[in-house]
Amino acid sequence: MRYLPLTTDDRAEMLARIGVPSVDDLFADIPAAQRAHELPRLPLHKSEMEVERALSRLAAKNVPAGSVPFFVGAGAYRHHVPASVDHLIQRSEFLTSYTPYQPEIAQGTLQYLFEFQTQVAELTGMEVANASMYDGSTAAAEAVLMAHRVTKRRKALLAGNLHPHYRATIETVSRYAADEVVALAPVPKGGEDIIAAIDAGCSCVVVQSPDVFGNIVDLKPIAEAAHKAGALLIAVFTEAVSLGLIEPPGAQGADIVAGEGQSIGNALNFGGPYVGLFATRQKFVRQMPGRLAGETVDAEGRRGFVLTLSTREQHIRREKATSNICTNSGLCALAFTIHMSLLGKTGLTRLARANHAAACDLADRLAAVPGVSVLNDTFFNEFTLRVPGKASDVVEKLAAKGILGGVPYSRLAPKSGLDDLILVAATETTTEDDRAAYAAALKEVL
Amino acid sequence: MNREGRGATTPHIFRGTSAGPVTFTGNRGLDLEEGLIFEIGRTEVTGVDIPEPAPFKDRLGGHARTAPLELPGLSEPEAMRHYVRLSRMNYGIDSGLFPLGSCTMKHNPRLNEKMARLPGFADIHPLQPLSTVKGALELMAELSRYLLELTGMKAVALTPKAGAHGELCGMMAIKAAHAARGEAQRNVVLVPESAHGTNPATAALIGYEVRSIPARADGTVDPEAVKAALGPEVAALMLTNPNTCGLFERDVVAIAEAVHGAGAYFYSDGANFNAILGKVRIADLGVDAMHINLHKTFSTPHGGGGPGAGPVVLSEALAPFAPVPALIATADGLVLVEDQGADGAEQALGRMSAFHGQMGMFVRALSWMLSHGADGMRQASEDAVLSANYVRACLMDVMSAPFAERPAMHEALFDDTWLADTGISTLDVAKALIDEGYHPMTVYFPLVVHGAMLIEPTESESKASLDLFLGALRDLAMAAKTGDKERFLGAPHYAPRRRLDETRAARAPVLRWVRPEPLPNAAE
Repeated sequence: MRYLPLTTDDRAEMLARIGVPSVDDLFADIPAAQRAHELPRLPLHKSEMEVERALSRLAAKNVPAGSVPFFVGAGAYRHHVPASVDHLIQRSEFLTSYTPYQPEIAQGTLQYLFEFQTQVAELTGMEVANASMYDGSTAAAEAVLMAHRVTKRRKALLAGNLHPHYRATIETVSRYAADEVVALAPVPKGGEDIIAAIDAGCSCVVVQSPDVFGNIVDLKPIAEAAHKAGALLIAVFTEAVSLGLIEPPGAQGADIVAGEGQSIGNALNFGGPYVGLFATRQKFVRQMPGRLAGETVDAEGRRGFVLTLSTREQHIRREKATSNICTNSGLCALAFTIHMSLLGKTGLTRLARANHAAACDLADRLAAVPGVSVLNDTFFNEFTLRVPGKASDVVEKLAAKGILGGVPYSRLAPKSGLDDLILVAATETTTEDDRAAYAAALKEVL
Repeated sequence: MNREGRGATTPHIFRGTSAGPVTFTGNRGLDLEEGLIFEIGRTEVTGVDIPEPAPFKDRLGGHARTAPLELPGLSEPEAMRHYVRLSRMNYGIDSGLFPLGSCTMKHNPRLNEKMARLPGFADIHPLQPLSTVKGALELMAELSRYLLELTGMKAVALTPKAGAHGELCGMMAIKAAHAARGEAQRNVVLVPESAHGTNPATAALIGYEVRSIPARADGTVDPEAVKAALGPEVAALMLTNPNTCGLFERDVVAIAEAVHGAGAYFYSDGANFNAILGKVRIADLGVDAMHINLHKTFSTPHGGGGPGAGPVVLSEALAPFAPVPALIATADGLVLVEDQGADGAEQALGRMSAFHGQMGMFVRALSWMLSHGADGMRQASEDAVLSANYVRACLMDVMSAPFAERPAMHEALFDDTWLADTGISTLDVAKALIDEGYHPMTVYFPLVVHGAMLIEPTESESKASLDLFLGALRDLAMAAKTGDKERFLGAPHYAPRRRLDETRAARAPVLRWVRPEPLPNAAE
């Protein structure tokens, strides 16, 4: 077996040194009645070539985004990732290292986490960010739990236009933690009245912008109303690139920002692994979940970085920890930070503008298709189409024509009754030909 | 000095030489310093060419960004150099033996990386029509089949994103099952004191009161202690098996029977699954739920702290409560049930996260499993256990190994009794090991022994590699006992940084870069 270096002779020598006749003696504490004597009913080992063949066969049954005109978003976005990003994250010293618990030999990880935290804070307009969460949805759920700790209240108010998977993630953990959740009904055209639902029992108001339908939400009045009621504003985003062009939540009064960072540096990966971004104000830092890299000096006075404030964390505080999170998304955070370092302000702004331009062009083309309307007054790179008939049928018919045209909202929220809406995204990777093909195909299938 | 066990090739050439001249750059040959991107990049530079779109009317509705955006950019050569230099300050499995107990730092085959990057896996969207991702669903089904065969369990929830997330999923399933039985009053979870911190943290997160179970003198859990703690208020026992002392809980069957007899469920922390692959099916031990860290046992890389994946296998009693999405095999093929309460997910506990789990990790884990096969997986476990016992056997005379009357499983536990009166601590030993070119073992965990050192060699080391490592540890043990304190207290000497001041970092946390104030005369 190519991955196992011990030889038969080695094993015999080692058993002799231990002083047992056979390796089975080392498993003597497994009750004899339960010990497996047969091999698992699974195939025997395979060569690299055989494994590659088997997995490639499965991969070939899928339609990669890059092979067709592609307009699917709703929380995960296809962007071009520079070749250098994927090369660098596969450096052994990044790929095969552990959580940097021994900082003297993990300065590489710790320094990039410090840079990542700074980039996320800057992007979101917040004061501090952590070293990543699993993804945007779990970051949002952690933000709600944090707001409960900060305000000592236990009711979260969720905007109706929050991504339904994010809503379900928050509702699930809240239900088991016996916390209250009030979720408003979706308003696809935007302009929902969240403020009216805020009361003095709320720990937080969770608002996504751009929302799941693509509308850009003015967070400022919501933040003011939340603060007046003693609640925090949790701002959620699923498209990090949008912050290159639109006002960040930190500049609009958000107290916690929870977002999905996939679209910078990370592939679609059928939904994971992604990277949760989590930022807040300095005064709340000790209530924050997750790991934090901080600056310090070594015994010779040289600058260095360590994991810090770990007294919040489970391995120290156990049942009193701010979260149970341990492993997070280190390598995806690295991909994010490398891509962001390549972009810089100039590149990110340009990337965001290219996305917005592509979406504006697509919206105009699709709105011109008879029977179709674009609901949004505002959007970044994603908007909502109303189509005659069932959105899911339209999307399937488009797929049959080789166009992945978006996400039926009904797939995310089957019980919402909103069966005629398609969420459509365009990024810098969609070409003018793709957009023209979409409009032509949509006309044909309707 | 007794150098017994020391490898013939041990390098010793750096010890005792002078530090050499002070350099202008701060670099020392290949030992390179590197600034922050905020110090070397500029906001007007970018390493990505993106064409400026033709003028168009924006749809931002007056929400254009006005806040500053101080993100420096680097050209591609600058970026390559920055991150390559940073990488060289890290230690990975590919750098050398990585004996971090409880973390299973085994070899990460590059085939798995290649497979995960096939466009048919990496470039598919979680919400594109299911008719266009049939291969992805098949892969998830195949991974499930492997996990269920290896554990003997009834169902698997693939979506949890790491071990602790899997624990949360399993414990929520337990809570849901009690509620469905009308026993929602059960509000206590029993956790042995040797447990990972995530266990009590998870239980507390969903409102359980945590009650600690002490270990008995041999390092395992006493079924009598469990029985004494059980009652109508107890919802579950969370037990790591093999436990964090590296021992198999040999009374696990009696413990499970007692737990079930009291109407509670048995959650098993699968962090140490690597020790028992193909050796025992956990279903046969009475387990109701166990998470499996794909990034440990199945070698999807740790990546400097993630991403992981923590699928949870469930017993028949808990299977109905598995979260959505649920993958269901029907006559028409695989169906992904995404909505809670829909057919096939009527009693689903809810949703753990957006989308369908860590697909990138699923591909890597299945690639690892296919490569090893039934025979290779069992051999991997046997080699991991053999190596850990070998480590313990070769160090017992110079270090102190508690609970050594029982066979070790995949890791060897030592305490700091052997350091008594030396003035040297467990931490000092760890840092001295860095100077020897190794990543330290896990230190001060588990909490049940004083000054713990937990060594997990995994199955990935050759005997020569183990012998060199053992030689280094024996040499350190001799040095400690003969009073060579300088080798420990000042360590590490040969790392990119000497010991870092963690107290200072926590006292006044600096968690981000801030542009320094210009010097008073800088504007002139």
